[in-house]
Amino acid sequence: MRRAIGAGGVVIRIVVIGNGMAGTRLVQELRRHDPGRDLRITVVGAEVDAGYNRVLLSQVLAGALDVDEIGLTAPSWYTAENVTLLTGRAATWIDRDGRLVGLADGTVLPYDVLVLATGSRPWIPPIPGVAAGAHDPAGATTGPASTANAPAALQCTPLGSAGVERGEGAESSEGAESGAGVGGSTGRDRADESASFRCALQSDGDVLGLAPGVTAFRTLADCRTIIERLASVRRAVVLGGGLLGLEAARGLAGRGIDVEIVHPVDWLMERQLDAEAGRVLARTLRDLGVRTRLGVGAAEYVPGPDRTLVLSDGTRLPADLVVLSCGVRPDTELAAAAGLPVERGIVVDDRLRSPADPAVYAIGECAQHAGEVYGLVAPAWEQAAVLARVLTGGDDRYQGSRVVTRLKAADVDLAAMGDTHADDEDDSAEIVRFHDPSRGSYQKVVIRDGRLAGAIVVGESTTVGTITQLFDRATPVPRDRRALFFAGAAADSTDDPSRLPDRVTICRCNGVTKGAIASAWQQGARSVAEIADRTRATTGCGSCRQSVEGIVDWLTAADPTAHPEEVAV
Amino acid sequence: MRSNFPVRNTTEPMGKRPRHTVAGMTTADTHCPYCALQCGMRLNRDGRGEVAVAPRQFPTNQGGLCQKGWTATELLRPANRLTTPLLRGDRAVPFRTVGWDVALDAVADRIKRVQAEHGPDAVGILGGGGLTNEKAYLLGKFARVALRTRSIDYNGRFCMSSAAAAGNRAFGVDRGLPFPLTDMAGTGAILLAGGNLAETMPPIMQHVVAMRERGGAFIVVDPRRTPTAAQATLHLQAAPGTDLALALGLLHAAVTEGLVDDRYVATRTHGFENAWRMAAGWWPERVERVTGVPASQQRAAVRLLGAAARDRGAMILTGRGAEQHAKGTDTATAFINLALALGLPGRPASGYGCITGQGNGQGGREHGQKADQLPGYRRIDDPGARSHVAVVWGVDPATLPGPGPSAYELLDRLGTDGGVRALLVHGTNAAVSAPRAGHVRERLAALDLLVVSDVVLSETAAMADVVLPVAQWAEEDGTMTNLEGRVIRRRAVTSPPPGVRTDLEVLAGLAARLGHDDGFATEPRTVFEELRRASAGGPADYAGITYERIDAEDGVFWPCPDEEHPGTPRLFADRFETPDGRARLVAVDHRPAAEEIDGGYPVYLTTGRVLQHYQSGAQTRRIKELSDAVPAAVVEMSPDLAADHELAEGDHVRLVSRRGTAVGRVRVSTTIRPDTVFMPFHWGEEASANLVTNPALDPVSRMPEFKICAVRLERVAS
Repeated sequence: MRRAIGAGGVVIRIVVIGNGMAGTRLVQELRRHDPGRDLRITVVGAEVDAGYNRVLLSQVLAGALDVDEIGLTAPSWYTAENVTLLTGRAATWIDRDGRLVGLADGTVLPYDVLVLATGSRPWIPPIPGVAAGAHDPAGATTGPASTANAPAALQCTPLGSAGVERGEGAESSEGAESGAGVGGSTGRDRADESASFRCALQSDGDVLGLAPGVTAFRTLADCRTIIERLASVRRAVVLGGGLLGLEAARGLAGRGIDVEIVHPVDWLMERQLDAEAGRVLARTLRDLGVRTRLGVGAAEYVPGPDRTLVLSDGTRLPADLVVLSCGVRPDTELAAAAGLPVERGIVVDDRLRSPADPAVYAIGECAQHAGEVYGLVAPAWEQAAVLARVLTGGDDRYQGSRVVTRLKAADVDLAAMGDTHADDEDDSAEIVRFHDPSRGSYQKVVIRDGRLAGAIVVGESTTVGTITQLFDRATPVPRDRRALFFAGAAADSTDDPSRLPDRVTICRCNGVTKGAIASAWQQGARSVAEIADRTRATTGCGSCRQSVEGIVDWLTAADPTAHPEEVAV
Repeated sequence: MRSNFPVRNTTEPMGKRPRHTVAGMTTADTHCPYCALQCGMRLNRDGRGEVAVAPRQFPTNQGGLCQKGWTATELLRPANRLTTPLLRGDRAVPFRTVGWDVALDAVADRIKRVQAEHGPDAVGILGGGGLTNEKAYLLGKFARVALRTRSIDYNGRFCMSSAAAAGNRAFGVDRGLPFPLTDMAGTGAILLAGGNLAETMPPIMQHVVAMRERGGAFIVVDPRRTPTAAQATLHLQAAPGTDLALALGLLHAAVTEGLVDDRYVATRTHGFENAWRMAAGWWPERVERVTGVPASQQRAAVRLLGAAARDRGAMILTGRGAEQHAKGTDTATAFINLALALGLPGRPASGYGCITGQGNGQGGREHGQKADQLPGYRRIDDPGARSHVAVVWGVDPATLPGPGPSAYELLDRLGTDGGVRALLVHGTNAAVSAPRAGHVRERLAALDLLVVSDVVLSETAAMADVVLPVAQWAEEDGTMTNLEGRVIRRRAVTSPPPGVRTDLEVLAGLAARLGHDDGFATEPRTVFEELRRASAGGPADYAGITYERIDAEDGVFWPCPDEEHPGTPRLFADRFETPDGRARLVAVDHRPAAEEIDGGYPVYLTTGRVLQHYQSGAQTRRIKELSDAVPAAVVEMSPDLAADHELAEGDHVRLVSRRGTAVGRVRVSTTIRPDTVFMPFHWGEEASANLVTNPALDPVSRMPEFKICAVRLERVAS
């Protein structure tokens, strides 16, 4: 049994800031490794809601789940496990020398171990009229200086230009958990231009200071806001064609809302998909009632009775509701203010610990490990599991996560992982594709050194699980590449008895081969009953009866003595 | 040339009583000796003593038999039998044949010596799920009354314990199927997780085929495309060890697809909220990554079940593939939770069931050969149960021992301080069937005394100090309880060979030598009458069941508390057997296998059966037709895996795990996942798959993790 840090009579106080997917998982894992409840654990959540499953917000928006069905941990668990939960209280400062955390309500919490699981915040693009009173019209009109590839990318891609994690190709906006990338795919990190939005961003979704009719899609409160407004919404625009934007749009369409996605790049989910996959996806969405408007950004939102989103090409889209799904940025301010090393996220080592302070750890979307900031739940939960073991005396190390993006929207099947942009020009990659536009199917697998390096699966697939597991485990891909796309590529045996080899078992229950049936026939058995009498075929489960009948018919038809007139020629 | 066999469809319904005809022919209507389907068969013995099998109409098999049933009378051939007690003072020397008195005296003397030196618990019993109810009952009584040992368990621990534990905690009772098999034909969808019925109990597939012919859906969860999966409407080819995640994904999808029966959940269950909270974290796309089963297929499966649930009904069944894991109880629970969410248990042509494996795997787990149990499925730590049974047995309840160790734990400590030092084995072949069999063989060898009662010289018997030849199947009377909870008759058509005694006679003989002249009847009917009284009032209540009723009614379903009671073909119509009558959803979470694959052991091994062989193969390997059909252990693998190891069909391959090695012949197959090999467990010596398997135990049921471990493959030079 490993020794928990707290063993030996000293009470260890762990304060976890953040009650989202990472923080809730961490405390559960901690108690799993600490059955004696030696650790004194306090969790601080900024949102008023108790921890909920952010992944399922799109299901709530779609109406598949109710708001009260996505709670992560029963309130009774905290009582039973003696974990203190403080919700609706943001942490506002950290005193690392004194090992204290201050909360917005004045509470001061001493800690021995501090875990930052602060997650990320939605990116609010600097579009005039969106963030009322906080926007910078000048900043919003930097778009015209765009490249040919992404004409309006900058217009609506402050992500690429505003120092969000996008530049490194980080994954943090691809998950439903974290928001969707609207970002340009090439922008490098820049100086933080978003300072002017801080006041807005620090608040909960419904108090972001957004114009009426505009909402983010990040929190349960956002989700409630959208649902509450639905009755008065006929047309909605989703700004941002990343994963979360698509899920939001699909959910709204399912509720009968007229939805359009506005996405400044030439194809949807450009960071995960190649252009062809993006086109197939757009067609699939169109058939489900979701229109897409690509390669164009938003220039201005006009509130008021004629709510309208003006696009950078001048198009005016009536929009009772604008859902912002423009990506997220790690919430690192608290850490930065405390002097902890922060790049795109809070820098941590393989123990998920800050290199500057052995008492401070970070996990989830706010953490940056080995240069990577992850925006999906799977890595956050992997980190939580590792950290729980580390904090209970284990010698575990986090070694990074493999990221699979999986869209969760009714009737839209999409998975993307790894290196998806390799093309046929790339000599080091073997690319296998299957494209069936009529069925909305596009599948691409990138193979390097015999292993699956990346894949896109759009449309229903029986092998998507196989592909994912090949990617996760880095095991060799099948020699017969067709098996990547078609399960059971080897067809079942033919029904034509004349083509069956003699050794094929016809009656499995009794181990009777086609040869044995033929030989019984040769010996005079002319009906199924007579065959059964001699061979026991059909006397078990009876499911081979038709096959035996077929063989008898074939033998009869082929027998010269049975039909002398037919073979006389 | 084969002899002639009647076709099942031309078989007329036959009478049930043994009949003696004028021509010297004796006939007995009985059941097949092997699996829990207990196919009805008629045995005819001619004037020369030859016994032949004829099929018989019975609701379960409807006249069907598989190759094992057809050839079962080969077991009666003298060449295959033990016919005299064997004894040796030193295991290094061969057995000598001895008379029964010598053998039983020797056993009793050594039992007394071991108990005098090490206490009563140092003598243990390992029973079997193939024993009749009468034997299982008397074995438990012998342990508690004659030996006063807590050390008794049985091989059903390796078989049904996970499903039993899950059933008990959800429904308050464990009966494999809570409905007759014939209900299957009328249901609208069946999901079978981890079962290969088309090979393990083929005639049951008639019910599935009938369901499919009426448009029903058959969903099979299996890492292999088995003959059963090949007949499925939808095959979910989950990675080994991931059934629990899959069941959680199905529950998740049932909720998001709006298929939960809210009214049923509200009025007939407790615990849905917590079960959902766990399943909420297992959305189908996450489950897909763990199981390899596409999210779309998970939703499709749930839609089929949900639609059927609102129409003709739906059934969810589990087999050993889902249950023989260190998380087997929770896996069965997760499928039960799904069934409850869909509102299935207790509804017509609906419900959850497990497919019991061994011939009397149901009755064998009800009457006291389980470590924690007294007859009637009573708990041995329940004071009320102890007093009831003590009265029937005529002993002071205080003298009854408490719960003992589970089968693997018992085996693991054989010959050690505090462990069992003298072991009596009835109806099981642990040297082949236990996990980590190499270790178990070492432990068996470390015993002061090993006594094996068996029909043939099994691998375990071959290690013994004393071997006692006992009667079998067609030579004995008694009752079995099949997979439906239907109590049926086993009938003798012939006498045991001279020199062979019944297990009941063995127990009576030993009991007498241990000072218990009374209380150990040798007549099955007498024992059954006592079993009825002992089970009265328990969950598995046989009080109203008589041999005559079984004959007259095609078997009687328990519970049957009195002779006026019709028996209970269908459970849960009005209430569950819990204190408040509601079923319990228990919140369970997925976790990885006890041993996952890694660089050193990169391939999953999963184990199972082939059609021609049964359990450790002690019987079927001795039947020429079966042994000719499948003579040796094969290791099934994908073409890629074979190629990676430069293996071709028919080559010998060694499976190496952290616990041992096993050798089999390569069979290349496209029906298995490339990360997995399959090896059946019917063979002894170096061909025992269980030399490799993992004895990690389920925390609730103490089921070992037979169904998944990590191995590497090594080519064996020919």
